[in-house]
Amino acid sequence: MIPPYQLVVCAGIVPDPLQTLEPVSGPDGPALKNEAMLPAILDPWAAHALYEAAHLAAQKPGSKVWLVSLGPKAKLQQVMMTVAQKAAFEFVAVDGAAGGFTEAHEAAAALAEAVRSINGLDMARLLLFGGWESASRGAGATLQMLGEQLGIVDQFQGVDELRVREDGALEILERVEGGRHQVSVCAGPPAVLGWATGNLPEPRNNPQIGMANLRGIMPALQKAKPFGPGADGAHFLRAAAPRQQRETRVVKDLSPAEIAREIAAWIARD
Amino acid sequence: METILFLAHMEAGGTLSKAALETLGAAVEISRDLPGATLVVGLVAADDAQAAADSIACCGAARFLTVTGADFASARYATDAAAAEALARAAGATMVFAPATSRWARCLPGVAQRMHSRADTHVTAVTVEAGAPAITRWYYRQRIEGVSQRAERPWFIVLEPGSAAAWQGPPSHAALEQVPVEIDERLRRTTFAGWHAPRTDQQTIRPEADLLLVAGAGWTKKQADGQTHPADAARLILGFLQLAQASLGGSKSLVDLSGEGQDVLPFMTHLNQVGQTGSTPRHPKGLATCCHGEEPHVVGWRFINQRRAINLDPNCGWARGKADVLYVADAFAVMEQLNALLAR
Repeated sequence: MIPPYQLVVCAGIVPDPLQTLEPVSGPDGPALKNEAMLPAILDPWAAHALYEAAHLAAQKPGSKVWLVSLGPKAKLQQVMMTVAQKAAFEFVAVDGAAGGFTEAHEAAAALAEAVRSINGLDMARLLLFGGWESASRGAGATLQMLGEQLGIVDQFQGVDELRVREDGALEILERVEGGRHQVSVCAGPPAVLGWATGNLPEPRNNPQIGMANLRGIMPALQKAKPFGPGADGAHFLRAAAPRQQRETRVVKDLSPAEIAREIAAWIARD
Repeated sequence: METILFLAHMEAGGTLSKAALETLGAAVEISRDLPGATLVVGLVAADDAQAAADSIACCGAARFLTVTGADFASARYATDAAAAEALARAAGATMVFAPATSRWARCLPGVAQRMHSRADTHVTAVTVEAGAPAITRWYYRQRIEGVSQRAERPWFIVLEPGSAAAWQGPPSHAALEQVPVEIDERLRRTTFAGWHAPRTDQQTIRPEADLLLVAGAGWTKKQADGQTHPADAARLILGFLQLAQASLGGSKSLVDLSGEGQDVLPFMTHLNQVGQTGSTPRHPKGLATCCHGEEPHVVGWRFINQRRAINLDPNCGWARGKADVLYVADAFAVMEQLNALLAR
């Protein structure tokens, strides 16, 4: 009999990817123009981690999922209205601005404190989930640093599949070069899994789960500890959106055969 | 004064990868540009690293360090982190340069945390500005480019493949120094169990390919006859990949369609996805077919040098201003002809 898991999912919020982003200089370095006005979503790869955690918890009775999120309270509240309907979890909030220019080690320290503050968390049964990279900084660093702070040395990144073997060992598929997966077997928790896309579709909205989650979300937001970036981060010399515009030659009047010949010659050219 | 550690792991056969040699090229250049800087090589290998060290003996490194042992034969966070930490400490490194292989990307930020230092990943350039090293990397999924410097040391810099010229030089003899690392059972809880790879005839991702074919959701839409033609699309795309030895990228919409179980392109998976929530591969040339969408999606081919597109819409955001050439045509017809030409 495999004991239940304690699944902690760390998931930030990011600007909706369909928004146009423009950097501006702020007192503490670069920031996004009108950042507070941009609609936010749960970080996409971290969202997959949440769905995988909920799926695993459903398979192992007694398991529990916590969602730990760092972001401005108001935005967290807005995003949780949607996320709460996707999977059952207990919410743990950390209040502060965290974007692409936030230092990974500072975010990791704040998250580590939040994870340690979870009442009754059994580190021996902990599976720490998150996205393998955020859609903001995209460094793949925060989760590793968080794992180190919690003393977890079994870490996996770019995870697309987790299978629990009969003996409780975890079989994990991680993305590696060339479209392949590395298969590793970990003796069991504790472990850190940075998820890529996984294999699960986005769950349908479930209002009943949403109502149950929301009962805990507002108190969690009220209890959220503040997060403020320190002063020892990177010094930005500049940050800019690429303006490179190519002069596109539009070819309208060639037949498919003529186009094919032109492309074949282009492919063959060094 | 900086002590720059170039960190690399061996590939099968005891060689250094192209990405590793590119990172060495960047490390050599920066060590030349920073007055008084010292270059140190650190190699991680299952057994003998001598041949690999000899192959880069003339890179100008003052020391050649190695961690070897069966525990380092395959990628594993616990042991790779231990090896990297030991090499960084033995070198007295203030900067650590490593290629962004899956193996190093998995563990080096964690090592930086362990050493109370800092790490920057997905770095695309390292330069010297105002006498200090500066790195360039992208933020918000390749939508904002930033240049930054750090005062904290050691500073781990994980360099993206294709971002620097590979170091080249004659082989010679390198005096290797062994660095001991203690590996206990706590670090062996994870074991390597092999690889999952697509069948050779179904391999669609080729990182070293000269050409990236980007397929969009247009391949699955109704064509001029009012019908969809997924089988023809699959035949044309796979045929092209085989004939041109190209790598395949897919737009999110197409990959999602495949993931939802629709009978579209069965070989298309999330591993092929390029763009906002996919990869941003680096290839010299890219050919986009039936792709639609605006700026957020186009980041998928930001690092493609020469870009051409086939699309029925002359104003498509994927191509206008983004591609060098846009062919306004039916991709089915063009690819049929193109495959016939390539097959000759």
